[in-house]
Amino acid sequence: MIRTLAKAWAAGIALAFLAPGLANAALVFDLQPPVTPMARQMYELNVYIFWICVIIFCAVFGVMFYSIFRHRKSIGHKAAQFHENTTVEIVWTVIPFLILLGMAWPATKTILAMKDTSGPDITIKVTGYQWKWNYDYLQEGFGFYSNLSTPLAQIENHEPKGEHYLLEVDHPMVVPIDAKVRVIITAGDVLHSWSVPAFGVKQDAIPGFVRDSWFKAEKLGTYRGQCSELCGKEHGFMPVVVEVKSKEDYAAWVAAQKQKVASAKEDPSKVWTEADLAAKGQTIFAANCAACHQANGKGVPGAFPALDGSKVVNGPDDAQIALVLNGKAGTAMPPWKQLSDTDIAAVITYTRNAWGNHTGEAIQPSAVLAARK
Amino acid sequence: MSSIPHDQAVAGHTDGHAGDHNEGHGYHPTGIMRWITTTNHKDIGTLYLLFSLTMFFIGGCMALTIRAELFQPGLQIVHPEFFNSLTTLHGLIMIFGAIMPAAVGFANWQVPLMIGAPDMAFARMNNWSFWLLPPAAFMLILSFFVPGGAAAGGWTLYPPLSVQAGMGMDLTIFAIHIMGASSIMGSINIITTILNMRAPGMTMMKLPMFVWTWLITAYLLIAVMPVLAGSVTMLLTDRHFGTSFFNAAGGGDPVLFQHVFWFFGHPEVYIMILPSFGIVSQIIPTFARKPLFGYASMVYAVASIAILSFLVWAHHMFTVGMPAAGLLFFMYATMLIAVPTGVKVFNWLATMWKGSMTFETPMLFAIGFLFLFTMGGFTGLVLALTPIDIQLQDTYYVVAHFHYVLVAGSLFAFFGGAYYWLPKWTGTMYNEKLGQWHFWSSMIFFNITFFPMHFLGVAGMPRRIPDYAQQFADWNMVVSIGAFGFGLSQILFVVAVIKCIRGDGAKAPAKPWEGADTLEWTVPSPAPHHTFETPPVIA
Repeated sequence: MIRTLAKAWAAGIALAFLAPGLANAALVFDLQPPVTPMARQMYELNVYIFWICVIIFCAVFGVMFYSIFRHRKSIGHKAAQFHENTTVEIVWTVIPFLILLGMAWPATKTILAMKDTSGPDITIKVTGYQWKWNYDYLQEGFGFYSNLSTPLAQIENHEPKGEHYLLEVDHPMVVPIDAKVRVIITAGDVLHSWSVPAFGVKQDAIPGFVRDSWFKAEKLGTYRGQCSELCGKEHGFMPVVVEVKSKEDYAAWVAAQKQKVASAKEDPSKVWTEADLAAKGQTIFAANCAACHQANGKGVPGAFPALDGSKVVNGPDDAQIALVLNGKAGTAMPPWKQLSDTDIAAVITYTRNAWGNHTGEAIQPSAVLAARK
Repeated sequence: MSSIPHDQAVAGHTDGHAGDHNEGHGYHPTGIMRWITTTNHKDIGTLYLLFSLTMFFIGGCMALTIRAELFQPGLQIVHPEFFNSLTTLHGLIMIFGAIMPAAVGFANWQVPLMIGAPDMAFARMNNWSFWLLPPAAFMLILSFFVPGGAAAGGWTLYPPLSVQAGMGMDLTIFAIHIMGASSIMGSINIITTILNMRAPGMTMMKLPMFVWTWLITAYLLIAVMPVLAGSVTMLLTDRHFGTSFFNAAGGGDPVLFQHVFWFFGHPEVYIMILPSFGIVSQIIPTFARKPLFGYASMVYAVASIAILSFLVWAHHMFTVGMPAAGLLFFMYATMLIAVPTGVKVFNWLATMWKGSMTFETPMLFAIGFLFLFTMGGFTGLVLALTPIDIQLQDTYYVVAHFHYVLVAGSLFAFFGGAYYWLPKWTGTMYNEKLGQWHFWSSMIFFNITFFPMHFLGVAGMPRRIPDYAQQFADWNMVVSIGAFGFGLSQILFVVAVIKCIRGDGAKAPAKPWEGADTLEWTVPSPAPHHTFETPPVIA
């Protein structure tokens, strides 16, 4: 019986090792296809180490299973009594050491190349927030947030899931092909990690510190990764999406972004109607607040307070403005200073008039501007 | 030989029947008080092992809830924040509640028996170090019911996320303090016992391997438990008393926590595996009927692993953005650990080579350990290589790796050890058929659960996420099925243990294993309450 089970085992192991050849099947087996020089080196190193391990595996367990089948009491094998041999001890210390040297050499070369972030063509600042990414094109003077765009209905199983379920965002990062892109990475609240497997980049985002990494994409397309450091409740819901465009398309995209920034310059002294503010506020709430306070304003009991019926939301407006701007120390509520005056005014107006809240007040951007001082 | 007074000896002199070994030791509480007030190493060993088994099932239920949620894409069963609490507490409970206390339980039962000592050196402290554990476990479980829920920042408790958390985190921090104190006391006890209470003639280089591995483990514990206590205390003061050890806005550094934590955390993984090495080093020679090959080199290998374990901590942090020199140092040091670990594997194989092997349940678990632990060693080597680790850090590949070394490593060795010594502990042979079923179902379901995680990891599925993209769906379903199979298989173990405790099975002779040669097999089965009051003399 042990013999047949062992055979089944051997078959299972063989299947596992042949598996990378089946990469086209529905099951995933392998690293994502690399599109940068660094990712390719990582991929090749992985294949190289894999085969070394397979050879050692076969040698070591070949010996073990031979011994298990031949040196058993049930077939009458008598135990030898040797228990020491300095020569073999030295041999099996030195040989593994030499194998390790053979592994360390290519790895060292890759590490040195990986850490060389000098001479970039473009520098983009990436900031992780709970639970979205911000991309700031430092040389071009614009930036934007990138939020998960998978509808809640798909996550909660009310709708069929799309092709890029959980790996799609409203505004992806866009980079040109064949350019050395340096990403400088930080975070606004807790640790995050910016990761794009096809680029071979994974760099933790650390609040208060700036780290960098680089990539040079060699193939047009859309590449997807996920936040790779636990960052709280929505950790699984903050993907990284990068579009690699041709140089011309990239230039056109940059021009369009700049145009958008210029036309969107809001005048904080403009006076809005309550309906306009609340409508704008609803989208801002969905993108920034609903993760904790929930779309229905009920929060999560014990973890995130309800806004529906909240004393703060139905109380004096300057207290609510201060809380939104500065956050609340010691809780999960972060400061939201990075949003524009109009956005903050809009979202506060929305909360004060949504669900069971009926203050009827419209908070103007000028009030937020005043509170910032 | 022992100049250290201990309770039994003192009690023995008061009633005039000091020569009578099994009775006449004065007042013995019965019922629950026997267990609460016990200072007997065998009773305390039993308490540790039963506690650990209980926590193993609690942590296991958390794992199964996680796997139920991950059975399909989408959110079905738990909310994301509760999911994070489950992954966090599953880790903490399995490490501090199941694996570590089980190892101490084995030490309590076996170290005095194997070195010919009558009991542990500090019998009352032994009682205290056990009874600290249930309150700590209670606090961990209680944390699910406080406002804000249990800690949800991962068992590694990285700030700033852990600074944001509710009071569940404070309960976790205090529980870690208490369990750390318990571990330190247990270690002092074990070291003192081994160094001072060996039977005449039991020189250090004659110690059974299990005793050696525990001696080195105990030193590791004393070295790193205070580091963990310090790091979680800094977390506590950051949370409540306005310090900024880990807060950049106040001049601190979140990465500092990771350095300090992993300075504890890496030796910790050897704390969990070295006693298992020891158990396997007892089982394999017994069932190969051949002495352990390369005893001295095994001792040196364990010592080298222990020393190297202090130099490799930052390989858990290759993605924090270290300078190239840091990456290279920690990569080389980590790879170096493969050398002594390889020596151990080769020595075990050489012990089996040309032996006369039989395959009772303890031996099956030892071979299962050898096979799967080595696979975990290979993936460890892969992860040690920084460029590959960049791709695999914080993915399911890491989850697969550490379950191969902790479940198929530590836990399988403990199962093997339990079957090996249950006849000595209970006086009843375990049911061999049940043990074989337990082994094979654990072995098969373990691999169905954890082997596909390697594939998920290389394909890029991050760990600690409650929901995942479509391309990961098929393997996750396989993994979840395997997990439930593995969980249910463990009920067989409980049945086997209960049958032994109730005496339902063949009566165990003093030495049920033909090839066993350590001292515990010279006393009757079950081992009497007091053993080796007159030390045996080792030739």
